[in-house]
Amino acid sequence: MNTYKPILTSIALFLLIPLFYACGGEESSDRQTSQPEVEEAGLSDFELEHGIGPVTEPVEIGEIDPDLVTKGRNIYEMKCEMCHNYQGRMVGPELGNVLERRSPEFVMNFILNPGGMTRDHPVGQELLREYMTVMPFQNVQRDEARAIVEYLRFYYEENY
Amino acid sequence: MDNKKSNTLRGLLLGAGFIAVAAFIFTGCPSQQSMFDSGDAAQKVYVAPGEHDEYYGFFSGGYSGQLSVWGLPSARFLKVIPVFSQDPETGYGYSEETKPLLMTSYGFIPWDDSHHPHISQTNGDADGRWIYINANNTPRIARIDLQTFETKEILELPNTGGNHASSFVTSNSEYVIGATRFSIPYEMDLDVPIDSYSEEFRGALSFIALDPETGMMEMDFQILVPPYNYDLGRAGKGPSSDWVFFTTYNTEEAHTLLEVNASRNDKDYVAAVNWKRAAELVRNGAGETMSAEYYHNYYEGNQGIAINDVKDQVTVLTPQDGQNFIYFLPTPKSPHGVDIDPTGEYIVAGGKLATVIPVHSFSRMIEAIENQRFEGHVENIPILDYDATIIGEVENPGLGPLHTEFDGRGYAYTSVYISSEIVKWSLETFEVVDRIDAYYSIGHLMITGGDTKNPDARYLVGLTKTAKDRYLPTGPKQNHPAQLYDISGDRMQLLLDFPTIGEPHYAQAIRADIVTPNVKQIYEMEDNDHPYALRRVADNRVERDGDVVRIYMSSTRSHFRPDNIEGIRVGDTVYIHLTNLEQEWDVVHGIAVKGANNSEILVAPGQTKSIKWEPTRTGIYPFYCTAFCSALHQEMQGYIRVSAADSDVPLTWSTGGN
Ligand code: HEC
Ligand SMILES: [Cu+2]
Repeated sequence: MNTYKPILTSIALFLLIPLFYACGGEESSDRQTSQPEVEEAGLSDFELEHGIGPVTEPVEIGEIDPDLVTKGRNIYEMKCEMCHNYQGRMVGPELGNVLERRSPEFVMNFILNPGGMTRDHPVGQELLREYMTVMPFQNVQRDEARAIVEYLRFYYEENY
Repeated sequence: MDNKKSNTLRGLLLGAGFIAVAAFIFTGCPSQQSMFDSGDAAQKVYVAPGEHDEYYGFFSGGYSGQLSVWGLPSARFLKVIPVFSQDPETGYGYSEETKPLLMTSYGFIPWDDSHHPHISQTNGDADGRWIYINANNTPRIARIDLQTFETKEILELPNTGGNHASSFVTSNSEYVIGATRFSIPYEMDLDVPIDSYSEEFRGALSFIALDPETGMMEMDFQILVPPYNYDLGRAGKGPSSDWVFFTTYNTEEAHTLLEVNASRNDKDYVAAVNWKRAAELVRNGAGETMSAEYYHNYYEGNQGIAINDVKDQVTVLTPQDGQNFIYFLPTPKSPHGVDIDPTGEYIVAGGKLATVIPVHSFSRMIEAIENQRFEGHVENIPILDYDATIIGEVENPGLGPLHTEFDGRGYAYTSVYISSEIVKWSLETFEVVDRIDAYYSIGHLMITGGDTKNPDARYLVGLTKTAKDRYLPTGPKQNHPAQLYDISGDRMQLLLDFPTIGEPHYAQAIRADIVTPNVKQIYEMEDNDHPYALRRVADNRVERDGDVVRIYMSSTRSHFRPDNIEGIRVGDTVYIHLTNLEQEWDVVHGIAVKGANNSEILVAPGQTKSIKWEPTRTGIYPFYCTAFCSALHQEMQGYIRVSAADSDVPLTWSTGGN
């Protein structure tokens, strides 16, 4: 009979509900461009050492470029200094000597992809457990992150 | 909503509906049909958690003075945008930045009545850049920026009483219009007997030019018209885009007991104004400059403190013989709405007290003007012959037809107040084809993408005036409802009935994908041009200049700088300028100070906001972050020490030990 058909369809569809739910909800509405999705497991050697983010290749580091230092300093004082001391803990770790601990690429990836770093990178996860505040993405572009590295290099040379 | 998904969903819910129906067949419940219907309705308004609605709905708040934002079809409440009333939740109208927006030639006004939001248009379609809305009581128009969903500008209209026929934009956003509902003496502060109404009182139609780049308003000219009540307006479309239309009532010129005295005439008028011609006349010097005082309030840069630009002149155009820019179309009977169909040809008036819905034809109107089919003149304004412009009268529209919108497929939908229904009628036959109840006493209605050349014939929202028994009771006064109807089929179907804020007087809905690409997530710190902004956290400081103390404070998760301040004295005027140094979407900080006779302020990422505080007692004043910003939000606090007026405690500020 005809009327059974829809009922059977609906029963079939009810069985599909869990499947349907399993498919939804993954996509985040977060528009931050610099937070690419990364598989939990299996970080590459590069990623383990230099972090996860838009910087996937070694960055060229040469003589300290004073113009780049100035640019980096301006951004740092506007967008970073409220959470980081050069020496001693604040909202985040001290950064005066961060290049002793981390590579320039790691620092850039942390700036450009702090959410991904604290979620998916073992060092980031460890830092988050320690500091209990997620470092925000501060709307910094890649060339600006590079400039901040230059400033931190300069600061280190001057003060350590 | 993703289409594929919603189809699956439709199947699913349809299935669920069938099961329910089947269950009822077995249990013998009588209402299986209605169960089926409401299952179908639920599916049509279902937007899964995390998914977005297809439309933004902007509902005026009526006597709340604000504008509320909704997602449609789910009727998710998104936000209240404060416009004409103070809002202690955000600090709008309390902060130093926003207080100037509410200034008028009558001083600071904390409240108004906002009625008709209208989205800016390009080529007759809503472009989603700005939304304009009128203040009814102390006549003003506001511009809301749809990048930030904030009120950015308010212009006062001089010589206007009750700016109700507003704020409708022309099809390329050349002008936004306003008009006087309560005619008043057209001259500043004229003190005359009320019964000199016919001699001394006049109406004013306002034409406010819009800047195509910034959307900024400028009072271009006003047209001086007879002392009627100018009720509603609309701009033409396509062939009629050079025209705007206003309804009038009280052509009886009553000034008391209008209920009776303004309901005598069989016909009042629709005023048709060729704005292009009027503007040309003004450019060629036909206007007259009159003194007037009115405020224009806006921000000069990206951010900052709104300024009051006080104007002292307005250009007035008084119709003269042979100028040919304004005509009266006789229209039964105390018409309320005047609405132009998407083709620009039909001019539909809602005669509150009429037994039919009169439809004028634009092309016939032009013909009648060319052939001078006038039945008379008032104050040099030709009155056109009713038979020459009318093209149809919709019979049996119900009692009290008010407003009409169109689906772009040949049908019009008119709200009918007294019989509390919506009637759908054909623009070809002028016959009613469908009708559906409204709960209760419907005022305006709106169609998604409506009042444009290309409405989306998807949903209709009815904005009703009383809730009565529709929801859980909330006392003698209840919030006003809105109802969502599906109009995609032959028959209207009620989908949702939900309470709103204030009085949702009129609304507009626009496809979300037109708006969302431009919505800002943060204020970029680099572009912060606020005069008291902190550009570097190291610049946080406190400055004294006589009795005025300015605290330049920053906020980041989870502290303020400075957070310990001493050396404030009783009698000081303290400004806290708080810059939110966050650059992450939706990370908001706020501040409130104990005992401050003021609201809190909420500060968006990258924004600077200021509150004024005048401490009257000595002591220690805690302040804290009012926005739950982070795990250590409860730690986000500070102290201000207030000493006696003659104390010599030095002014100091600090954060942390180092
Ligand atoms: C709201 C506070 C905040 C701001 C602003 C902030 N950070 Fe951080 N930062 C943190 C925290 C907290 C951590 C530790 C990781 C975590 O919990 O997310 C961190 C970690 C780091 C690290 C890793 C340090 C290490 O030892 O490996 C670097 C590098 C860094 N931040 C650089 C920056 C730079 C550069 C800026 C400016 C563009 C900045 N941060 C802005 C809070 C902040
Ligand atoms: Cu906070």
